[in-house]
Amino acid sequence: MKKLINRHPGIVSRWALGLLPFLLIAVIYTAASTARLEENPNDKLLPSASAMADAMHRMAFEPSKRTGDYVLWTDTAASLQRLAIGVGLAALVGLVFGIANGAIPLFRAGLSPLITGISLVPPMAMLPILFIAFGLEELAKVMLIFIGITPFLIRDLQQRTEEIPEEQIIKMQTLGANTWQIIVRLVWPQIMPRLIAAVRLSLGSAWLFLIAAEAIAATDGLGYRIFLVRRYLAMDVILPYVVWITLLAFVIDLVLRRYSAWRYPWFHGRTA
Amino acid sequence: MATLELKSLWKEYGDDVVLERLNATVETGEFVTIVGASGCGKTTFLKMLLGTESPTRGELLLDGKPIPDEPDETRGIVFQRYSVLPHLTAERNVMLAGELESSRFLGHTFGRMRLALRNEARQMLEDVGLGHAMHKYPHELSGGMQQRLAIAQALMKKPRILLLDEPFGALDPGIRRDMHKLVLKLWREQNLTVFMITHDLEEGFFLGTRLWVFDKDRLDPQAPGAYGARITYDLPVGRDDAHTLDSIADRVDSTARALND
Repeated sequence: MKKLINRHPGIVSRWALGLLPFLLIAVIYTAASTARLEENPNDKLLPSASAMADAMHRMAFEPSKRTGDYVLWTDTAASLQRLAIGVGLAALVGLVFGIANGAIPLFRAGLSPLITGISLVPPMAMLPILFIAFGLEELAKVMLIFIGITPFLIRDLQQRTEEIPEEQIIKMQTLGANTWQIIVRLVWPQIMPRLIAAVRLSLGSAWLFLIAAEAIAATDGLGYRIFLVRRYLAMDVILPYVVWITLLAFVIDLVLRRYSAWRYPWFHGRTA
Repeated sequence: MATLELKSLWKEYGDDVVLERLNATVETGEFVTIVGASGCGKTTFLKMLLGTESPTRGELLLDGKPIPDEPDETRGIVFQRYSVLPHLTAERNVMLAGELESSRFLGHTFGRMRLALRNEARQMLEDVGLGHAMHKYPHELSGGMQQRLAIAQALMKKPRILLLDEPFGALDPGIRRDMHKLVLKLWREQNLTVFMITHDLEEGFFLGTRLWVFDKDRLDPQAPGAYGARITYDLPVGRDDAHTLDSIADRVDSTARALND
């Protein structure tokens, strides 16, 4: 018998082992929920699967009595839009400043201390300032995501840029490249897949900031909804919403990963 | 005409003397192989040729003028590793020099210009034996193929001097022999001036026209940095014998032990 560290699961057992914890959680939840509902059919804490399905059907496919919207979809669209604008802006600024800081020592000398300082400010502490400065509209929520993840993106991309082997930068110069050409032909293309990797890492925080901002001041959005229905202990809405948010996060991550592997085969071929 | 002149060239880092009083002249078309123990300043000398390090004292002249103090297209380079750009296919790597020259802002070419560059690149890739691997990325190529590609890429720019920094150090012996043939062929055809650094003394003995041995003439075992290395042998290749090889090997080995213990 091989040592435990040398035993690897096959394809079937890997899937089975991977799904097992999910199944276990589902079974435990169902058992607990059934037990509670037997005692008190009006229990709100652990709603049954059918109650959650009903609630989601109401949220997704029946127009809201108050506004006539299909709530789940308007919430999803509102949240995704904020997330996309916030993360997109952060990625753009991260890319520009990360490359400039990483590739040009004079730039780095001027900006790096400032960015290090800003990155130490807890973004949530900035939230009141943002609400005061930008009002309670979309801008403040987008700005929270932006301020929350941009310093990380800049610092990460700066480091990745500095990690480009010196040999390649010398090589470009011996081929006649000027600074701008070194950036557009060497640094930028090599940093793009690393930008995607950094964005994937920062999406977790981006969701955190989005939901926090929506919970405090919004009229729609996934975060707004779960904090709204919390007042009625509506676990039958909150739990599926959380699962839905998780699913969205998973799909976004998957799409980014697949895109990167397809678009930058040299990057993934090398790290594999 | 002298391409490169060294006039009492010194390099020190603080109290550490790396190179002292180097004097030599290299003509166009020479192939200089540099050997020596690690720590004897071979790489420092190469960096001075490249322009990433500058001499502490003395002069290093290219065509009568001080060598530029940053890398540029007058000097091509092939390193032991990381010489080609991993995000470009072989063909695009070789086209790069031309693209950079004809498009100062974008660094990309289109249309007829691109087609012309592509044809040149293909010709060059055929010359170095990579005709079949044009569309492969460097990570898909073996070590020897990557070095062929690096040489092809550097030669597209037709540099005044080609610098080779232990280019074949990481290759298998058989592949290394093929690479020697390739380098000699390109050197003859294109009348290149080549500086090659190598660890392998025998490689230095039959490749090229001239062998330089960097070694410390005076060596204080208690303070290895007190005296710098000099060119202790400057031999025309082909007119030496096994005895010289043995005595150089002995000296280089003893310096290596003293420096790297």
